[in-house]
Amino acid sequence: MEEKRNTMWAFLITGVLVLISLLYWAADTYYMYLIVYIWFGYAYGMMLQYGRFCFASASRDLFAAGVPRMAVGILVALIFFSVVQAILESVNMSTFHAAPFGIHMLISGSVFGVGMVLAGGCASGSLYKVGEGNMTSLLAVIFGLCLGQAIFVDVGGIFNNLMPQSWVDKAMQTAAAIKAGSGVEIPINSWFDHYLVGYVWHKPQFTIAKLISGGHPSNIHYFVGNALINSIIPALLIMCIIYYFFPRKVFMKRKKKAMKKEGLEPNTGLSDEFAGMWSMITASKRTSLMGVLVGITAGLHILTMAGMQQKFGVKNFGTLLQRMGHFSDVSLKGTVFDPGYWYITSQEGQVGAWILEKFGWNMHDNMFFGYVNGLPELWRNPALWMSLGIILGAMVMARLNNEYKFKIPSLELVIWGFSGGLLMGFGSRPSLGCNIGGFFIRAAGGDPNGWVYGTGMVVGAFFGVKFLNWWTERQMQKEMADF
Amino acid sequence: MADVKFDKISDTEYNLDVCGFVCPHPQLYTKKSLEKINEGDILNVTFDNPSSKETIVQMIDSAGHDILDDSTEGGKIKLRIEKG
Repeated sequence: MEEKRNTMWAFLITGVLVLISLLYWAADTYYMYLIVYIWFGYAYGMMLQYGRFCFASASRDLFAAGVPRMAVGILVALIFFSVVQAILESVNMSTFHAAPFGIHMLISGSVFGVGMVLAGGCASGSLYKVGEGNMTSLLAVIFGLCLGQAIFVDVGGIFNNLMPQSWVDKAMQTAAAIKAGSGVEIPINSWFDHYLVGYVWHKPQFTIAKLISGGHPSNIHYFVGNALINSIIPALLIMCIIYYFFPRKVFMKRKKKAMKKEGLEPNTGLSDEFAGMWSMITASKRTSLMGVLVGITAGLHILTMAGMQQKFGVKNFGTLLQRMGHFSDVSLKGTVFDPGYWYITSQEGQVGAWILEKFGWNMHDNMFFGYVNGLPELWRNPALWMSLGIILGAMVMARLNNEYKFKIPSLELVIWGFSGGLLMGFGSRPSLGCNIGGFFIRAAGGDPNGWVYGTGMVVGAFFGVKFLNWWTERQMQKEMADF
Repeated sequence: MADVKFDKISDTEYNLDVCGFVCPHPQLYTKKSLEKINEGDILNVTFDNPSSKETIVQMIDSAGHDILDDSTEGGKIKLRIEKG
């Protein structure tokens, strides 16, 4: 009975998404662009839920439980995605762009890392867990990723006083140059505006391919620089380190025990080390398999978005929105948030800003929404449809596996979800990306920034785990006080 | 509503109920419970966060414990673990 009901829900959700897609298509063929985001989101959601694919789990389970399955799954995904990315770059069908490089990525990643451990899931993990019926994750998404982010980029006043004078001066100089060049007066009011225009915009942006080719990369540079040097070698190296410090000891102990049982000398060699590595990779088949699929799908997503952009002759969905007459949706430069690939947090920030504007808060007077990302109506927000697709895709997969369960959080979990979500929101803005846009996409795309952010995430997760370990130990002692 | 429940049901058997909890609480409470019971004792863990299962199963395997029974009903996952 329960199985039947879950299957019915899975078909119903998918059917509604098909209907929504058809309605958009009927309204205007330009919405095909948005429909692509819906269905890639849906695919990500299904894969994330099936593979229990959560970036928080990668470092957290390693530190807290000594389990490497998720860290390995992500590294597998990264390897496959980097190869697809290099192929797309070499045929000029990539929408990827490097981010400004700097220490802000490390700091931002650390804050995000603490947040994802407290919230019980990273930005993408929280979305798929909402699809499983987890309301703690919904709190993290609404209060942290949506409202928290929007407020974070818009506050000024005393926070502006914390900005170094050099950033303020540079921001003003840049604003004057833009006005002189294009006539647009950019809104510099919040602390984040000063940070963005006065600091981040002046940081270098590069990929390894550009670096090793002197700025003019060819196909070989994409494969060697971006895929091999920036992604595959570091990923394999990290896998070896994880193997050495975590599952190797148990694997070798069992191997030697088996050898003794067969009457052989318990001597292990290099082939056993490879067997141990393979055993680590295949220990969780569903996670590793999804790693491969996620990597390939993320690449196909880039290819499809590049195809859409070529089809309509645009670089950003904002142009299409203007062609359809929705001028109030776009930013001062005519754009909306349209990453062209898998991305999570900026669109949630737009939801928060959209809600706050309904309560009279002006969210157009900052750089993030006013000049860069725009503030489209929710139903015309392409990247937001990707996030909704993730939630619904995960819900379908959870329903099909009878794993959906609506869970109302206790006060304790409300606190974890709220505080973790806020830290994730705060930790994803200065870096202009989260575990996906900040780490995964960049590391696979040849941008070393991805690894800087990823290192920050791991450091943050380490301290987050230390804190939760202390907390759960305290709770267990209370529970065991009677015996 | 989530509230961790750890009960001793006999000299050698314990129940841990972490329903309602999200990651990483089910895996952390399972690990700590296993640390606190004796070798050969049984721990029955109940949780409803599917993402935790994959980690708990691997954690038990690598620590040398055994899963005697594994069932799912109404979104609740039940593992019967013998400490090794």
